[in-house]
Amino acid sequence: MAQPTPDHGASALAPADRRDLLPALEPERQLDDWGFSERVDRVFDRTIYEFYYRVWFRCEVEGIEHVPSAGGALLVSNHAGALPPDAAMITKAIREEHPHPRPVRPLVENFFKGYPGFSMLLPKIGCVPAHPANAHRLLHDEGQLALVFPEGRKGSEKLYKDRYRLRRFGRGGFVETAMRARVPIVPVAVVGAEEAQPIFAHVGVFQKLTRLIYFPITPTFPHLGPLALLAFLPAKFRIRFLPPVRTDAMGDEPWEDSGLVQEVAHEIRARIQEELFDMLARRESVWLG
Amino acid sequence: MRSRRILVTGLSTYWGGRLAQTLEADDEVDAIIGIDRRPPKVELERTEFVQVADHHTLIRRIVQGAEIDTVVDTRLVIDSITTTPRKAHENNVIGTMNILAACGGAGGDRSSVRKVVFRSSAAWYGSEQDDPAFFTEDMTRRHPPRTPIERDIVEAESAVRDFAARHPETTVTVLRFAHGLGPDVRTGFSELLALPVVPMILGFDPRLQFVHEDDIAGALAHAVTHDLPGIYNVAADGVLALSEVIGLLRKPAAPILPPWGTGLVLPVLQRLGVRIPPEMRNELRFGRGLDNRRLKASGYRLRYTTRETIERLREHQRLAPLLRDAAGPYRYEREVEDFLRWSPSVRRDPDADWRPTPEQIAQLRRTLDALERDPRRIEPGEPS
Repeated sequence: MAQPTPDHGASALAPADRRDLLPALEPERQLDDWGFSERVDRVFDRTIYEFYYRVWFRCEVEGIEHVPSAGGALLVSNHAGALPPDAAMITKAIREEHPHPRPVRPLVENFFKGYPGFSMLLPKIGCVPAHPANAHRLLHDEGQLALVFPEGRKGSEKLYKDRYRLRRFGRGGFVETAMRARVPIVPVAVVGAEEAQPIFAHVGVFQKLTRLIYFPITPTFPHLGPLALLAFLPAKFRIRFLPPVRTDAMGDEPWEDSGLVQEVAHEIRARIQEELFDMLARRESVWLG
Repeated sequence: MRSRRILVTGLSTYWGGRLAQTLEADDEVDAIIGIDRRPPKVELERTEFVQVADHHTLIRRIVQGAEIDTVVDTRLVIDSITTTPRKAHENNVIGTMNILAACGGAGGDRSSVRKVVFRSSAAWYGSEQDDPAFFTEDMTRRHPPRTPIERDIVEAESAVRDFAARHPETTVTVLRFAHGLGPDVRTGFSELLALPVVPMILGFDPRLQFVHEDDIAGALAHAVTHDLPGIYNVAADGVLALSEVIGLLRKPAAPILPPWGTGLVLPVLQRLGVRIPPEMRNELRFGRGLDNRRLKASGYRLRYTTRETIERLREHQRLAPLLRDAAGPYRYEREVEDFLRWSPSVRRDPDADWRPTPEQIAQLRRTLDALERDPRRIEPGEPS
């Protein structure tokens, strides 16, 4: 999973005053324009997410009030696990705990758009390829919640020995996106994902052979088959939503100031890291919390 | 600017013919002249058809002779299923060049053309893994074109852009159309969706967007009647997954194309009679979505959504076997058209009839007088 990188799309976003011209969703449709299927998502939500959220990871959520009830917001989280469960758990947490449950659109690396199977499934459960233009449309035009992992694959491919040490937060593209969309950034700290699916090593040869982004060795993968990537260890999950960082009061065009963008990105990274250490210090047991 | 004398290229295409029909209904349009290699397929009242290839000098003579103020270029080939790449290149690149040259005026003369509407295709954007979900008009393509047709479209559009830069007084509109669908449009996608079982690439469900053929004609007419400088995406509301499209057509989907080595299987499929042109290969994998808000902001109301376009296509597909052998309701016969239009024996509605102006009557009198004096000495240049 990834963060949006700045590129040609960032300077070519739809003007602000055309929000009313967005096509309305026809009631006869089964998918929305992003390819999201409510039916498939509900099936996942009632089975796999429900099981992992309630039984397996026993998620505990703090600070849900920091997620706005209306309008766009960019959730920014740390990232871990070979097949990271954190995106699904954050989505589920907002659906379960928030007074106004809202869907969350995780922005995923566009590698998945090009890989058979993932390409078909991920849009149906709400994932959107990470592209600045996509993020802008979601946040600004549609006023939705989007979730990014600025560490990207550097976060999910890191080995067990490096757990809870945040990687570089990309090039700060997520801050720029939020500034352009004029939406707040909600930092999220997740504890538990690192232990749920620790990666011991990577096998480069198999990675080339399968054309995956990486080929990890986890407690269950690859010796129990590809579905074993869905098998996580029952670590206790804690999700903490932090007070939002407003981006609309930073001047007229704050995204032009790359120093400011980097500063905000750095600050958000430091806050998540700080919270992670705080949560880890209070944690009695990996499995019982 | 009000368009009064309009040249439509590609009159025999469905949208070319439909556009001419729409313009005929507009009383403020004085003259509509259509050119194409083949006769038109729709019934036209007052559009004059000139059978001509896109030959540069001939078109310039037509433009100058008829004092054309608006050129609508609908002739671009955007699908390699109907022709060979060579012919398509000739038409798309050389043809566009010729038509733009004809619009540009000769030597130091200023051309009469004040507006150029160019029908392009969303294939300009390509279809790649790292594409945004909705293309807006200001986005550039990050990858070089992959197929000859795409290359042609990119080249033709850059010629139009150069023309617009060199002629700032001319309104240049480029309309990038999504794939057209409808009873009269034949594209790679219409052929694919007409199959009893629709093949898909295993593990991919691309997002696709179409536009109904009536909206193609409608958008072209909109660009003629309004001043829309710049580029506009023309696509129906709603982006559908291919599986959803196939479901709406009540057909089974067959994910038989392998995700790797798709290019190797396509020739085999072609032997079996399923032709998937190369430019569709990536679209069946990644699809393409367009942002049509700019067009909608310009005041055009699309008549059909993508879903409704597919529903219409399904109705047509049900009827198609019944209509297969029936001849079309209209066939263009040049002599008959000319007879009906110009022969004095044809009884016309006297109100709508053409009336000569006083100068023409005076000139006619002079000619008749000259004839009376000496029938062999008619001065050349007199109206006959």
